[in-house]
Amino acid sequence: MSRDEELVERCLAGERDAWDDLVLAYSRYVYAICSQGYRLQGADAEDAFQDVFLRVYDRLGTLRDPAALRPWIAQLTRRVCLDRLAAGKREEPLELEDTGIDSTIEELDEAFAVREALTELSAECQEVLDRFFGRDESYRTIGEELGIPSGTIASRISRCLARLRERLTAGDATAGRNEGGSPSGEVGT
Amino acid sequence: MSYDEEKLGELLRMLSPAPEAWVRAAQELPTARAALDDLVARAEADAELRRRILDDLEAVLAAEGLEPGSALLAELRDRLTG
Repeated sequence: MSRDEELVERCLAGERDAWDDLVLAYSRYVYAICSQGYRLQGADAEDAFQDVFLRVYDRLGTLRDPAALRPWIAQLTRRVCLDRLAAGKREEPLELEDTGIDSTIEELDEAFAVREALTELSAECQEVLDRFFGRDESYRTIGEELGIPSGTIASRISRCLARLRERLTAGDATAGRNEGGSPSGEVGT
Repeated sequence: MSYDEEKLGELLRMLSPAPEAWVRAAQELPTARAALDDLVARAEADAELRRRILDDLEAVLAAEGLEPGSALLAELRDRLTG
């Protein structure tokens, strides 16, 4: 059973921690689609973000294929963002839909797969890579926060990236691993 | 697919964390939803409470200790007026 299938099963069984886990697992992805894909900012981005998770919470039981959780959430997020843009009477949505959104979401899907592979590395590697790349922290800040010499951060990052690359390559070798299905797994959105 | 360090870094940068308060609010949705369900049930049985809620939704919710996001607020308004 994939992580997503397990998450959905636990949520539908009413496990309170499961919902927290689902939000944590997808918060960056939803945020990225809203802010990078549709360029929503400030209150618009926040409202869209909350609306997406409200819809996920309300409609999770209609998801036929729990393995398709990621594309289903992507589709919900796109719909929420387009609704919000339309409500604001902006002119960008159709243009964005036609030109850039699909490729942006493809890249975000790839980024999501990389982050999933990251969770399989040591806690130290996860921490260092997330601080440096995800949170844009400097070597000095990372060194101070983790209590390690800042002069060693670059080599740690390089070593962890090599491990991440190995993990991704190993994942490719076992083809078919959690492709994520299609959003057609839903009953209704 | 092959990844060099630069590409991996670029992909890791794409998924920066959402603001903590947003994540927390999303995690609290089940609790907020249950509290709003309770409020709607009370409002359906108490016309005065329903009127007060519709007059100043956010103030009544704040008095109840609730701080729902805009999506839940809109839903609550729909449920009370629908």
